[in-house]
Amino acid sequence: MEELANLFHGFAVALQPFNIMVMILGIVLGVIIGVLPGLGGANGVAILLPLTFSMPPTSAIIMLSCIYWGALFGGAITSILFNIPGEPWSVATTFDGYPMAQQGKAGEALTAAFTSSFVGALFAVVMITLVAPLVASFALKFGPAEKFAVYFLAFCSFVGLSKEPPFKTIAAMMIGFALAAVGLDSITGQLRLTFGITELLNGFDFLIAVIGLFGIGEILLTMEEGLSFRGGNAQINLRVVLQTWKEMPAYWLTSLRSCLIGCWMGITPAGATPASFMSYGIAKRVSKRGKNFGNGEIEGVVAPETAAHAAGTAALLPMLSLGVPGSPTAAVLLGGLLIWGLQPGPMLFVEQKEFVWGLIASMYLGNLAGLLVVLTCVPIFAAILRIPFSIIAPLILVLCAIGAYSVHSSTFDVVLMLVFGVLGYLFKKCGYPLAPLVLAIVLGDKAEEAFRQSLLGSQGSLAVFFSNGLVSTIMVLGLIALFWSAIQEGYGRLRTSAV
Amino acid sequence: MSNTGGSAGPSHKAVEVGVTLAIALFGIVVIFGSVKAGINWGAEGPRAGFFPFYVGLFIVAASAMNFRNTLREDDGGVFAAWSELRQVMSVVVPTAIYVGALPFTGLYLASMIFIAWFMRWLGKYGWLTVAAVAIGMPVVTYLIFERWFMVPLPKGPVEEWLGL
Amino acid sequence: MKRSLRVAFAAGVALAIGSIPAVAAWEPVRPVEFIVPAGTGGGADQMARTIQGIVTKHNLMKQPLVVINKSGGAGGEGFLDVKSSAGNPHKIIITLSNLFTTPLATGIPFSWKDLTPVAMLALDEFVLWVNAEKPYTSAKDYLDAVKQASGTLKMGGTGSKQEDQIITVAMEKATGAKFTYIPYKGGGEVAVQLVGNHVDSTVNNPIEAVAQWRGGKVRPLCVFDDKPMSYDEQITDGKAWKDIPTCKSQGLDIEYLMLRGIFMSPRATKDQIDYYVELFKKVRETPEWQDFMKTGAFNTSFMTGADYAKWVETEEKRHELLMKEAGFLASN
Repeated sequence: MEELANLFHGFAVALQPFNIMVMILGIVLGVIIGVLPGLGGANGVAILLPLTFSMPPTSAIIMLSCIYWGALFGGAITSILFNIPGEPWSVATTFDGYPMAQQGKAGEALTAAFTSSFVGALFAVVMITLVAPLVASFALKFGPAEKFAVYFLAFCSFVGLSKEPPFKTIAAMMIGFALAAVGLDSITGQLRLTFGITELLNGFDFLIAVIGLFGIGEILLTMEEGLSFRGGNAQINLRVVLQTWKEMPAYWLTSLRSCLIGCWMGITPAGATPASFMSYGIAKRVSKRGKNFGNGEIEGVVAPETAAHAAGTAALLPMLSLGVPGSPTAAVLLGGLLIWGLQPGPMLFVEQKEFVWGLIASMYLGNLAGLLVVLTCVPIFAAILRIPFSIIAPLILVLCAIGAYSVHSSTFDVVLMLVFGVLGYLFKKCGYPLAPLVLAIVLGDKAEEAFRQSLLGSQGSLAVFFSNGLVSTIMVLGLIALFWSAIQEGYGRLRTSAV
Repeated sequence: MSNTGGSAGPSHKAVEVGVTLAIALFGIVVIFGSVKAGINWGAEGPRAGFFPFYVGLFIVAASAMNFRNTLREDDGGVFAAWSELRQVMSVVVPTAIYVGALPFTGLYLASMIFIAWFMRWLGKYGWLTVAAVAIGMPVVTYLIFERWFMVPLPKGPVEEWLGL
Repeated sequence: MKRSLRVAFAAGVALAIGSIPAVAAWEPVRPVEFIVPAGTGGGADQMARTIQGIVTKHNLMKQPLVVINKSGGAGGEGFLDVKSSAGNPHKIIITLSNLFTTPLATGIPFSWKDLTPVAMLALDEFVLWVNAEKPYTSAKDYLDAVKQASGTLKMGGTGSKQEDQIITVAMEKATGAKFTYIPYKGGGEVAVQLVGNHVDSTVNNPIEAVAQWRGGKVRPLCVFDDKPMSYDEQITDGKAWKDIPTCKSQGLDIEYLMLRGIFMSPRATKDQIDYYVELFKKVRETPEWQDFMKTGAFNTSFMTGADYAKWVETEEKRHELLMKEAGFLASN
């Protein structure tokens, strides 16, 4: 029960007036950062880090972690309204969130996204409070082979989902892998596929591809159909929040499953991106409404958002207790801790009780504050869709250009963004699915890296992927997910033949 | 979606063949680049080009299948009517000019002209509205990005002259 | 631009007359971009952001200092960016060993001579670490075990063909032992892989592994420097950084220190260089900087001007030799 006493002490720290002020400021800044494409959580926190230098460490980390929550909330907004995911883990939210907005249900989608985010984060915080040390040691079991298995599972639970022709899906996914491979090969330290072009040293950043393929591509499609944004008839009052909440409990199973996936991915630490894709993929397979996923199913928003937030929150645990960041933003926060003279690691929970529990308490309060802030803004966000297309479209295009530029401060990336935009338009019209392409860009190089690290360690033996209980289990889960539809079909046939 | 019956436009088949060929070409470029990076299984496990090489092969193979399927399933539909394509191009072309001008004029000036053009040309708004949005947006952008978050955005001679 | 020209002109006149003003005659007129040729959250990034924080807190500059990460191509992106900004005094870059290793390993058209050296801020130490559960208590114990295992023991490190792997190869050359080197993305990850027993040893920088050491999860065997580190504050178990023996005293004659230094864009004037040198002198005097040095057990050598350039030149030659011997040079 010592934890509870500590937690209450933490609440007392977090509830000091200055800290509450800092918390709300952090949330608002975070939402702005999350909404503006290109800034993103990691960049935003990094940019604001030096500003917190003159605050006491506890207030500073409260502010930074609130920026983090705010950015997580904010990422969903552009995904749902404009089909532009600002962060890798918001990609899966666009699959059903954007169709919902087009059907005039932007308010519902936003409410569902925000609420799910809150539920996911809350679940993860409770877990951190209760079982932190136990869970942290689980992360140590993850070497390269286990990590590869996790990526494998993420891919497997996602492929085979699309309705598009299989060869187009393969082509799209492979294009993603190829783009992810461009630049420096981290295992040999050698450049590849750059053809001597210095602009390609960076490789293809996910964000630029996604802004182009999803955002610009969508604007072009809209142009083709005439100058209008669908979804302008969205309900814009707060009643929509309550109506959506009435619907939400029906998805408790999806929610719980996504929480567990998210926590697991956050701790391992594979991160929020595989968590959101995996959770969406599994929900689609298991849900009764699975067939309708992609056409604006609220469950398709709940699953990825819950998992992404649970993972994003859980990712702070290995950062605090092991000093290994579970996400890019956590990496920047880690740098912040070091600058304030706090050393994350096994001793932090013992030596810096006030700091740790103040932070954990601020996770509860920060999320609650964040939820209130964004929910009250739902009508405002939904009303954005009422702005005439010929005003909002150039603004979105300019914001996309800024976003693409600020990823690497390179105007070449802005050109790339437009190229991706035209590609997105052509691909969509020719029936090539974009989701596998983006998934491959995001996870492709990480999966390859983990695979090759494993082989280096095992002297080239593939048996390393079945060398212990943990890695074998994940690999088998992946294989089951890959052949799920075949398994289901076989099972169904068995049953019918039995009858 | 786009099968608006009789309206004329490029055939769906032609565009799809073009896309398929472009993807195949991309696959060949990838294979070529991988071979240069080394595709064999070296002392340290697979070399840099090992995975991209097979990825490239897959792209080419999948494109071949897609090519065959496209030729088979010709529904005679149009990709999009010319009028629709003109709409699309009316965004693509100015955006391309905007993107191309960015490194020289800086972000702010280019954005102002781009927004003003878009609103005036496609939206037919009055000059006052146009000016308000076209000037307001870059100013807000400047304040948020450069003042608050200290993210430098591309600047041109005008900003230099203003001393920003 | 005009104003800076005029200031430069005035400074030129002052120089010509022979009365050099005491205050640096040049000052930034626009925000200064501080390029980090590595990702957010890494060692160089932490140092850059600490400096940014110190400058902001103590009001050391009239214009803001803006940190920008350009990590593409093992930092090549950042170096090429500064190289192409000749005559722009509002751009500085913090370097690590990739200043030498990246052009050598990737063949990108860049050399440190393309930049203007400003100052060496500190040198980062390297320590040989093993998991605390393992029986090895000295470098010799461990290296004997490595020899016995004939290549199956794993050395984890940051990046490929960079400092960690160079040290590993140097150890192999010096002792005849053979490691399996596994590259990871960042130093923190490497340290945790060691705690989880996924690798057998690392050559982490102190700041990357100190948390795990304090937690009693890893054990330092020796430091790759010619003398022990100077910090005598107890870290864990009655041990301080000072108590780690040098590798040389353990019969492993290897020294390796990593540069944490500042360069600026090409064709900078003397006034401009002097401005930044003075700035970093002030930064070094702040208590925050000294705390940071202590946390990371840095070697606080400071150099400017010709000394610094000479040091960098020697290091470049050494890296070229080390990388040539290891077969790390770009083939094309």
